[in-house]
Amino acid sequence: MPIAYNTLMVHPEKCNGCGDCEVACAKVKANSTDVAHSRIKVIKNLTEEFHGPVVCLQCGDPNCVRSCPGGALTKNPETGVVVGNKDKCVSCTICTLACPYGGITYNPVIGNVMKCDHCGGDPECVKVCKTGALVYSDEATVYKEQIVNEDLFGPDLAACMGCNMEILVRHALRHIGPDTVLMAPPGCLPGVCAVGFNGATGTKIPTTHPLLSNTASMAAGLRRYYKRIGRDVTSLCLAGDGGAADVGFQSLSGAAERGEEILFVCIDNEGYMNTGMQRSGTTPFGSWTSTTPVGPALKGKPGIAKSMPLIMLMHNCEYVGTASTAFIKDFHEKLEKAHQASKRGFAYLHVFSPCTTGWRFPGDQTIEVQRKAVATNFFPLWEYERQTGQFRFTHSVDDPEPLENYIKMLGKFRHLGKEEIEILKKTAAERLKLLKAFASSLEEASQAAS
Amino acid sequence: MQTKYLIIGSSHAGLSAAEEIRVHDQDGTLTMISMENCLPYSPTILPYIVEGKVKPEIIYLRDEKYFKDNKITFLKGKKLVKLDTKASKAGLDDGSEISYEKILIATGSTPTIPPVPGLKESPYHVLRTMEDALNINKAAEKAKSAVVLGTGLVGMHAAEGLQKKGLKMDLIRGRRRAVLPNYFDADAGKLIHQVFIDHGINCNLDQQVGQVESGNGKLKVTIKDGPVIDTDMVVVGTGVKSRMEFLFPDVQTGEGILVDNMMRTSAENVWAAGDVAQAADFFADGKILNAILPDAYEQGKIAGLSMAGDPAKIAAFEEIGGDAALSYPGGVGMNTFNFYGNRSFAVGLSLEGEDSGYEIDKTLLPGGCVYQKLVFKNDVLVGAIGINVAMDPGVVMNLIRRKISMGKDKVEFVIKPLYMGRRLMWKNWLGSIQIAR
Repeated sequence: MPIAYNTLMVHPEKCNGCGDCEVACAKVKANSTDVAHSRIKVIKNLTEEFHGPVVCLQCGDPNCVRSCPGGALTKNPETGVVVGNKDKCVSCTICTLACPYGGITYNPVIGNVMKCDHCGGDPECVKVCKTGALVYSDEATVYKEQIVNEDLFGPDLAACMGCNMEILVRHALRHIGPDTVLMAPPGCLPGVCAVGFNGATGTKIPTTHPLLSNTASMAAGLRRYYKRIGRDVTSLCLAGDGGAADVGFQSLSGAAERGEEILFVCIDNEGYMNTGMQRSGTTPFGSWTSTTPVGPALKGKPGIAKSMPLIMLMHNCEYVGTASTAFIKDFHEKLEKAHQASKRGFAYLHVFSPCTTGWRFPGDQTIEVQRKAVATNFFPLWEYERQTGQFRFTHSVDDPEPLENYIKMLGKFRHLGKEEIEILKKTAAERLKLLKAFASSLEEASQAAS
Repeated sequence: MQTKYLIIGSSHAGLSAAEEIRVHDQDGTLTMISMENCLPYSPTILPYIVEGKVKPEIIYLRDEKYFKDNKITFLKGKKLVKLDTKASKAGLDDGSEISYEKILIATGSTPTIPPVPGLKESPYHVLRTMEDALNINKAAEKAKSAVVLGTGLVGMHAAEGLQKKGLKMDLIRGRRRAVLPNYFDADAGKLIHQVFIDHGINCNLDQQVGQVESGNGKLKVTIKDGPVIDTDMVVVGTGVKSRMEFLFPDVQTGEGILVDNMMRTSAENVWAAGDVAQAADFFADGKILNAILPDAYEQGKIAGLSMAGDPAKIAAFEEIGGDAALSYPGGVGMNTFNFYGNRSFAVGLSLEGEDSGYEIDKTLLPGGCVYQKLVFKNDVLVGAIGINVAMDPGVVMNLIRRKISMGKDKVEFVIKPLYMGRRLMWKNWLGSIQIAR
């Protein structure tokens, strides 16, 4: 059974050598102000300006474990942390000879070796690191939870190398499970053979290929039918932005207004990518597409995109949320909420999905593009639940990175000048203002009610 | 009995090979044999049992559950006495035969007894097996004094252990007039020697043992051209030799079983790893014994890979290069030696005296027990010794093995080897595993 572990991530380029991590570690581990007790070490150079934390990396195949003559070091199979057994340790220090990373070190004050143990899963050093050089990543819990669920898509889907949609849909179906009927309207999903080829579906659940215009209607009908015969089947739509925002919007809006019990996921790659990268209603201003090319007359899409998430917020849905696979834990939490909400009413999840082919960036940057989109507030992550009347941002929108950090990653924006970038910035800022206004007015309304 | 993989020996090399084999082949039958009637353990832990630092019951490296979970048949108390490499059959001391497809000899080494007149006939102790350690501890309960022969690791550890039990100690060197000459240079050896003297151990390095006599439960150790020492027990730690007496001539041997860089011997389907193997030297041509714990598990891993891995994948991986050593890069001497509350380590070439082509930086603080020596060849570190100095031995080891050319960083490294070593680590082999941004 493959396994994944929570990780203490180290970003040396963000370290400023402040040493707060050492102080925190010595305090929690030895109740001392002497940083000789710190399991994490900061590098102090004489001449070169470099800082970096040095700490045990909890190796997958630890040299220290292999080299301990008494078996005092073991890798905990649950947490992945390499732990030492004091009763078995003879202080031979061969482990310090085996470790290539300075992860286990001799502490002259106690006369024995010591190493990081993640503070049981809540590292103190991470709490005091102001620059973000130390991060505790618990995304592995997602892996552990989901790996036991079956991947309900078949193998050999013909997606582009670096396609984010494939990550997205495989995760989604694992989570939502087999009591599901899937709507996959024209777009990349059927395009990679999910609805079938050679007489078999590319999925292990019943899948149908609705028209681009009637996805939500079909989903609604199927859900109503199953309910009538006494079965609680999830009616799931995995639609592209074409099937959600443009020609599919009429049926989507109607289904939402009627409160149909379906889970509608919009995979937003900001264009009709399957048919040759044509523009859609969600294509951002200035994007190159095959129908908004760049030349002397036109410099990409001349109009700004509409915001589907904002539009759906106005439809009295049970749940509306935005998500990204780069924030996988958040994505699964929202899938869970949306899934549960779809039993009571209409649930809409808008997932940002970069397209390596249509947006023109190297396939191995799919996740990084999403990180930047969120970090620059180009695509804020939030959710709204009607049951609680709560709207909240699930990722901080304070102190965003400059939008240029996102724009420069994409070939489709390569031609943009300063003026165009300003328009994109203005649009993102206005959208965020609207969202914040929505949030605070909900807040006011609930306070007034109580 | 038939088995696909047969491993003779259950210490680090054998255990490491078994793990590696199971990475590549989860189902092939795997049998491991140990000549001792107990679960696997490391001879390296034995001095600490003598010193009383750990209880002998808890030092085993694997339990029955491990063998069950990994589908390994573990046969205890059986010794390999015959190996027919043409027929691929191993003969055990109980008369049984095991047919194998691939065999790994990881039998380690056995103590050598020096040709001192009267020694073999007298009751002496060695320290190579658990039984040896328990016997020493038992004898030490009643003994008031002991003589230890040999100033290598076994001898030094035994001397400290017995001295701490309150015995009057005499420590006599073996062939070489030095303390720990295999790892440390003369300066370091002197410092260590002095600490032992300060703790009341008699150790005159001019003295060599002349003969040994025994009678009435007591021993007499006579120094060559010197005094006679009455003692209750004698411990011999004057060296080890590879355990390979069962091999036919078709497996080439020197001081150990000769192997190539994938731990293959000259006989087909026969591998050797660990203390028993004589493999490439990192620093020079020729093959050497490198009886060091970390080397044993590395050799075992490579043997396991060679025995069970997909040869096409191995070749392809080596072509594109990679961080892991898929073949043996050659043995580098390395050791840690902690004594009487002091810590020391030595890696690589320790080098006596000045040698042309090498640059040596020495720091020896007078009056205390602090020593640092760094040996360079053209800006590349080739050796380091540290006594009570702050350095990461593993980082230093990697600087040597990866042949990191320090360039202008050398100046700072010599002054602050701890921090600069870590900086060089980030630059050279830790930074490369960062995600590209």
